[in-house]
Amino acid sequence: MLNRRPLSYYLLSTFFTAFLLFLYGPMICVYLLSFQGPEGGMSFPMRGFSLVWFETLFSAQGRGVGDLHNSFFRSIRLGLIVALLTMLIGVAAGMSFRRKYPGSNFVFYSAIASMVVPGIFVGFGISLTLRLLGLRPDWWYSGIGAQLTWSLPFAMLIMFIILGRLDKSYEEAATDLGASSAQRFQYVILPLILPGVIGIIMAGFTSSYEESARAGLNIGTGNTMPMELTGLLGAATTPVMFAVGTLTTLFMFSIVIATLLVSGSIAKRRQLRLTAH
Amino acid sequence: MMSPRAASWLQATPFAIIMTGLVIVPLAMIFAVSFMDYGFAEIIPEFYLGNWTDIFRSDLAVATYATVLRQAFIVWGVTLLLGFTIAYYLIYHVRSNFWRAIFLAACAIPFWTSGPIRMISWVPLLGREGLVNQALTGLNLIDEPISWLLYSEFSVIVVYINMLTMAMVGPIANSMAKISPAVVQAARDQGATEWQVITEVIIPLIKPGIAVGTIFIVTAVMGDGFLVRAMSGNQVNTPAVAIMNEINAFQFPPAAAKSVVLLVVVMAFVGVLLRLVDIRKELAR
Repeated sequence: MLNRRPLSYYLLSTFFTAFLLFLYGPMICVYLLSFQGPEGGMSFPMRGFSLVWFETLFSAQGRGVGDLHNSFFRSIRLGLIVALLTMLIGVAAGMSFRRKYPGSNFVFYSAIASMVVPGIFVGFGISLTLRLLGLRPDWWYSGIGAQLTWSLPFAMLIMFIILGRLDKSYEEAATDLGASSAQRFQYVILPLILPGVIGIIMAGFTSSYEESARAGLNIGTGNTMPMELTGLLGAATTPVMFAVGTLTTLFMFSIVIATLLVSGSIAKRRQLRLTAH
Repeated sequence: MMSPRAASWLQATPFAIIMTGLVIVPLAMIFAVSFMDYGFAEIIPEFYLGNWTDIFRSDLAVATYATVLRQAFIVWGVTLLLGFTIAYYLIYHVRSNFWRAIFLAACAIPFWTSGPIRMISWVPLLGREGLVNQALTGLNLIDEPISWLLYSEFSVIVVYINMLTMAMVGPIANSMAKISPAVVQAARDQGATEWQVITEVIIPLIKPGIAVGTIFIVTAVMGDGFLVRAMSGNQVNTPAVAIMNEINAFQFPPAAAKSVVLLVVVMAFVGVLLRLVDIRKELAR
């Protein structure tokens, strides 16, 4: 490798910095303007510095703006259940792909189709089906089901990638030593794919938390967070939406950091166990 | 002891049931309903071709498709250019894995803020009193604020590019990372310039990544109604917006017919691109 950087390196570095500015510019505006003074509006300049817009959110017995509080808890509840089901169903389906079996192509391509078909069609189709069956949509079955069509394909792709990298010799060694298939999964495969499984839970939660095109028509009464926020967009005239943005970002930030810490400690524990033997 | 094949089937069954019952059957249901009659907020299960003849009689359908195809083409072109350049920089110019991971994480962090908030975040930048207009008037480049920066097709396209570029960076960077460094080194040793390495070696080898990124971008733009409505201030009409409006008005069979048309257009496009790459092989590699 050359030690001196070519000119293209500096040009591309500048380009990349400009791209980051393009990504972060609007977000920085949101974070700054959420601390706008009480007289200030949705644009710069800042007229003072205050927590007024956060207070508005929590005012009037927690019903400051729209139905945000309930929507937030509905989204969390939905996200946690979707994440758990995505993990169980996705890991099982991923394990099935380790063998060739009749129908594996159907499972694979139906997942790809579910990924590329625009969400409104899946949501619309499910709601038509329910309507023709005479069923009322509700979050605990059609809402969860609609979101699984979005989160499961990602789970399958993650499983595909991690199982593709799995060294088969560990498992063969376990078989040679007389491990049953349940023991192989519990003591050999699961520890090896654990970081990927945590990734699947994370992907399941975030894809549910952000999703509204599929769930929207099938959630029944009571908006989720993205639906409620989309509804509030048109009427937004004060920085209160920016306060929502700052708070929800902090929330996501803490979830991601927590996930990283958990995966980090798992990796460390494994390292310790390996060196101990 | 269960046979391996039965074990695989058992593992895949819940997944297959969800994909069949909640994706394939519902899509077939859209097709079926598109041939049904309707009254106010109800579907009448009788054969009716009116939903289809209405589509082919209206000029509006042609106009909305022209709009969305133009948007998809512009967004695709820009994200491809940005996506390639960023992926190339990250893979070939950033030398340490640590910094590459940091840069990729830096690109992902803005996506932790939810979609609707990221849309409204453009008001302080592109609005009449936004930073862009403030800067342009401050520099005496314009006399009065430009009004087409926000709630216009321009802002729709800017926000698409902002939200979708990473969907192009990901697959392209993934393809680039799989190119053996020896191949690139061989070309350099033979005296190829950086530009020749890009056009003669890298671009032909990352075609699968470009195809996957293109699928993400085009299906996202063609199938989106939320972003267009929010960022154009309900001024730009696309096929997806037309469908959403009809669903909200409880006119399900005509919405179903329009959905079938849009689905066929999107899936035909995806089908052509999938002929160029074998995704299953790409993933397992």
